[in-house]
Amino acid sequence: MTLLGFRLPGFSSLILWALLWELVGRLDLTFFVPPLSEVVVTLVQILPTPAFLSALGETAQAFLLGVLAAVLAGVPLGILMGRNRLLDELLLPWVNIFLSAPLTALVPVLMVLFGFGMLSIVITTTLFAIWIIILNARAGVLQINRSLVEMAKSFGASPFDAFFKIYFWAALPEILGGVRIGIIRAVKGVIIGQLLISVVGFGALFELYSTNFLMAHFWAVLIVLFALAFAISELLAHLERRVAYYAARR
Amino acid sequence: MQETTVAMSRTESARRDADPSGPQGAAVDNAVSVRCVSKTFGSVEALKNLSLDFPRGELTSLLGPSGCGKTTLLKIIAGLLEPSSGRVEVGGEAVTGPGPDRAFVFQDFALLPWASVLRNVAFGLELRGMAKSEREAIAEKHICEVGLAGFEHSYPHQLSGGMRQRVGLARALAVDADVLLMDEPFSAVDEQTRRKFQEDLLDLVRNERKTFIFVTHSIEEAVYVSDQIAILLPRPSRVSEIIRPSGFRDKGADNLRRDPEYLDIVDSIWASLRSYVE
Ligand SMILES: Nc1ncnc2c1ncn2[C@@H]1O[C@H](COP(=O)(O)OP(=O)(O)O)[C@@H](O)[C@H]1O
Ligand SMILES: [Mg+2]
Repeated sequence: MTLLGFRLPGFSSLILWALLWELVGRLDLTFFVPPLSEVVVTLVQILPTPAFLSALGETAQAFLLGVLAAVLAGVPLGILMGRNRLLDELLLPWVNIFLSAPLTALVPVLMVLFGFGMLSIVITTTLFAIWIIILNARAGVLQINRSLVEMAKSFGASPFDAFFKIYFWAALPEILGGVRIGIIRAVKGVIIGQLLISVVGFGALFELYSTNFLMAHFWAVLIVLFALAFAISELLAHLERRVAYYAARR
Repeated sequence: MQETTVAMSRTESARRDADPSGPQGAAVDNAVSVRCVSKTFGSVEALKNLSLDFPRGELTSLLGPSGCGKTTLLKIIAGLLEPSSGRVEVGGEAVTGPGPDRAFVFQDFALLPWASVLRNVAFGLELRGMAKSEREAIAEKHICEVGLAGFEHSYPHQLSGGMRQRVGLARALAVDADVLLMDEPFSAVDEQTRRKFQEDLLDLVRNERKTFIFVTHSIEEAVYVSDQIAILLPRPSRVSEIIRPSGFRDKGADNLRRDPEYLDIVDSIWASLRSYVE
């Protein structure tokens, strides 16, 4: 974006929106929107509090475990589906159904099955992330250049070698794309899980803030979450760009 | 299979005079022999009852129109495809799958796009579990040999088509297999590069005691580089003729194009192929 011939740095438009937020807050239109400056002050205040840090820690733990499970199960499963016709026909319909299913509706069921705690939240996170990861890994394998596989075979590759030295790398650009979208969905999953279960992590905090009408606190936590989700997504986009040099030339 | 035509017998006898213990002698040492191999893909009969011997240390070309089954035959010899019937022997042993005695050079290069030239060339050795320093030393030697010194740390997409095929060739040479299977290795490179490649290939045939099986659709190329040319024709897809050109390599590419003997051979091959093109 350029203004009066000057090149503005990225995110300049955010400043505009921040000003608008501040203005709306100052006009005192609704208790729901306090001025941004107030939110920022609150943010700085609550960041070091034990309540916030433990919520962050619990959320991070649930998130990381959920994502780890989704990646460790999803990537190999997607690769296997791309290679095995039978497995593909068995599983693909389910993957597609779950990808578009309203998973939030499943969370109460998970709570019944796995209790009102961490485990349910981790499973919710995994369920949000895993389907797109499977689909992308599968798509990555399907577009693989057959002669790379034949090359590896002709030089004596075992199925194990073929999996880790050919299929995985050939599908890596798609896999990373899937993991990035999966992680964005996992952020949703972990927060929705916590909101519905609302005794752990940010769920408990949100519950506390909203019942006490602490809107500045509420927004402060939300900003932290958005910023974290954005940072994770950018990090993965960066990784994706690192494999882009061969993505177009496989 | 019908043996050589009358037009060929001249070159045939010339060869025998020069080399009495040659492949036409009593005890022929065949690196590869293909026995009555058939291959069908669904209803497509790619190969039918094909038999062919590949004498050790020689370059045999498979020549024929596209779709006649050259790649299929090469992949069967490589152990990448199973024949529907018949058998292939390499060094006297029946082929049941890929083996360290054969190395493949692919028409589309088949390089790992995420790996450097060095790793690509060492990849065959990597799959055999050789230690990194050892295999990289061998790979570097072959990278120099194919004229790519200085490009060890480049990636395939940074190289021209000709250079990529040199990487594919170096990879096949690095595993030191007895038999090199080359599927139209020069078809994706420009004409100048192709001529240079042919010279390099002949150097290899002279210097390395390896058996080369070389697929091409260029008659001129086959006549120039081959010890033996197997002409494959579709429907039924088998060897229709075997020709043993001789002495053309030493005449040099430039004189060759005016050499009457060379032109005769090219003409007669063209005559056998033409019936199919028409
Ligand atoms: N995997 C396959 N499935 C079905 N048909 C095939 C397959 N591979 C080759 N063919 C058919 O077999 C015939 C020979 O193919 P190929 O060996 O590639 O010929 P060439 O290399 O001489 O051009 C062609 O008609 C081709 O369509
Ligand atoms: Mg072919």
